[in-house]
Amino acid sequence: MLPELTAEEKSILDDVKTDLAEISKERSKLIPILQFIQSKINYLPQVAINLVADHLDISPSEVYGVATFYNQFRFNPPGRNPVKVCMGTACHVRGGDIILENFERKLEIKEGETTPDREFSVERVACVGCCALAPVAIMGETVHGHMQPSKVEGLVLRVRIEKEKQEREKQKNEPGK
Amino acid sequence: MNPANKVHTNSQYNALRQKAEKKRQAFLNEPVPKIHIGMATCGIAAGALDTKAAFEDALARHSVNARIHTVGCIGHCYAEPYVIIDHPDSGFPPIFYHEVTPGKAGMLTNLFLKEGDPRFEHVLGATVQNEMIPWIMDFPRFNLEKRVVMEKCGRIDPEDIDEYIAEDGYSTLADILQRSPEEIIKEIKDSGLRGRGGAGFSTGRKWELCANTSQNDKLLICNADEGDPGAYMDRTILESNPHQVLEGMIICAYAVGADKAIVYVRAEYPLAVKIITQAIQQAKELGLLGHHILGSSFDLDIDVFQGSGAFVCGEETALIRSIEGFRGMARHRPPYPVERGLWGKPTVINNVKTLATVVPVLSNGSAWYREIGTENSPGTAIFSVVGNVVHPGLVEIPMGVTLRTLIFDICGGIPGKKKFKAVQIGGPSGGCLPEELLDTPIDFDSLTETGAMMGSGGMVVMDEDTCTVDISRYFLDFTQKESCGKCTFCRIGTFHLLSILERITKGEGRDGDIEQLKQLSEDIKNGSLCGLGKTAPNPVLTSLRYFIDDYEAHIKEKRCPAMMCRPLIAYYIDLDKCARGCDACVGCCPVEAVFNTSNRKKGIDQILCVKCGECLVACPPEYDAVIKVSPPELAPILERPPEPVKKA
Repeated sequence: MLPELTAEEKSILDDVKTDLAEISKERSKLIPILQFIQSKINYLPQVAINLVADHLDISPSEVYGVATFYNQFRFNPPGRNPVKVCMGTACHVRGGDIILENFERKLEIKEGETTPDREFSVERVACVGCCALAPVAIMGETVHGHMQPSKVEGLVLRVRIEKEKQEREKQKNEPGK
Repeated sequence: MNPANKVHTNSQYNALRQKAEKKRQAFLNEPVPKIHIGMATCGIAAGALDTKAAFEDALARHSVNARIHTVGCIGHCYAEPYVIIDHPDSGFPPIFYHEVTPGKAGMLTNLFLKEGDPRFEHVLGATVQNEMIPWIMDFPRFNLEKRVVMEKCGRIDPEDIDEYIAEDGYSTLADILQRSPEEIIKEIKDSGLRGRGGAGFSTGRKWELCANTSQNDKLLICNADEGDPGAYMDRTILESNPHQVLEGMIICAYAVGADKAIVYVRAEYPLAVKIITQAIQQAKELGLLGHHILGSSFDLDIDVFQGSGAFVCGEETALIRSIEGFRGMARHRPPYPVERGLWGKPTVINNVKTLATVVPVLSNGSAWYREIGTENSPGTAIFSVVGNVVHPGLVEIPMGVTLRTLIFDICGGIPGKKKFKAVQIGGPSGGCLPEELLDTPIDFDSLTETGAMMGSGGMVVMDEDTCTVDISRYFLDFTQKESCGKCTFCRIGTFHLLSILERITKGEGRDGDIEQLKQLSEDIKNGSLCGLGKTAPNPVLTSLRYFIDDYEAHIKEKRCPAMMCRPLIAYYIDLDKCARGCDACVGCCPVEAVFNTSNRKKGIDQILCVKCGECLVACPPEYDAVIKVSPPELAPILERPPEPVKKA
């Protein structure tokens, strides 16, 4: 079951619609268009697939077929703290799968999924190119090298504590509530 | 080309060159210290951005005047983030510092830049020969390398075209534009340059085939779809010296007669995409791309296409399909892309390294290039050596150097007094080679003979704690997911190979599995169209050939000799060694499988244990009480006492 679009996402898609009018209708634009939409909204909701299909005058299943072929495209929204666990060769040798498993266990989701509060998502990526730091996990934009199962817990906890802190401050600043 | 144009090309280039050199002289002559920081993706991952910020902050705080100069990557990943400080007033030569954390950056600013003490304990070496500090070229990690392609990587700022031009950049292009395309193709053919994408096809021959087609509309694609997990030399070259790749592309396009070129680079490399796009823009502004390049009659446009992450798209026909906007599925060859490629036009597809090599080959001549490397594989090879080695990173070596020299002399061997077990070459298409084959020279033909292959240049070194069955399973898992699904043998065959390997690593191997693996592997090789399927069974075949003992131990004894396959191992705590008071293992266990026995010594609940090995790492070395065994039945079972009632 795919999640509902938020109001914000709907407005982005409206913008995308206008942008699309500028792009030529050649078939070779398919992948660049999908990349463009994903860069705006972070994933490809069904509505977006239909948009592209209409624009290029091909069937939505054709667009979906191409999009699912490539690893870059995702079909469910990433969390606010997307976790990518490197599964390159060097990371595998040094226990990357154990790190992935720990994230999955800690967040109670499987690889490729997003937590219900949209706070975290976990995915596996092939080599991020810093094999000397193996095993590696990326949270948000930050690369964490030499990962250990106990570090996983720390990372998740840190985000949750930060969030709680922010909420407390928010409450403090809104004394009316 | 007519003589008038010739003069024009030279004068245009010389004007660019003079401007660039003036800029560089101004930078060099400025009487302040210079801090060079390596800022490619790998450096940034290791914290180079923080280091740079720390330098900026410290320079302001200590009111020191210095220039920060961002450069690309030199490939010495173990030393990241690295910094070279050139402080002539101190009387010291330029010094190479490794692993410069933000703290070290502040300290160096204060103590070296301000007070003149270079802090010898943090120095890796000096970049020039001198009497005070060891010269980095005295270290094997530096002096056994031969930098042809990566010569400028890590020395120039990749975001500034003038730095490349000042280092002789684009001079080969200016020179080439005055020669005929046939001459260039002949020179490349004479040099014996072979494609660096893995298959090793003669580059000159490929160009010639394309140049000879009668069709006019020709295309050039630079293949930077580096999909091998564990190889990143293409990314490093694009990020550290994009203009050398562009120069190679312009030369190639000129030689074959293409007027449009595409750089196909993985979208997963955002920095490389940014840098190459910017480089194209800069080259256009200076008249090195676009209409009438350097005043000649030759036109070329280069676009960037972002590959969306499919390993099979490294294969040329699949790559073409993906640019056309379809699923990246390989097709039958012939016709080869040089005859019918992208949009049906003749297309030359060359790897990043190949195109970057073209420049030094043409500027120094084919005879010079032939002197490097071996008879049939001239030139250098770039490897990303990772895994269990002391000095991982990118290494550029002349062909013909042995694996032993590369792993033990250049990369410092295996850390932690462990024994060497295997080296995996060529990524998912390559194979695992044992110690007996370490004296194999590295070149296209010798490696293919062993059953591995040159591939893209990924090299993973494994110590005795690595299980070759598990590594084969890992690569099959990868190729199985990445198979495009066109050929039945590749689509279904790899799935079966993987499920057999999965069974074996779980301890459910059966008699006859080994024979079936061999048979399936051969069938997949014969029944697949493209390189992915043809090479996918290589990891299995080579490990069966050289590490059959590993397979037999898994199947017959349900034991993993390297103790890596988690279903076949168990951890337990030796009660004679365990110290009562220490709770290190209890605290670190992610699943609370470690419990207290009645006398406060610890036990592991085998049902809860996920075998992550944290307790083994956490147990202080003076106790060393956590023990790993295979098969798991060797671990004594301890009854978990009932949970004590918690006090309110």
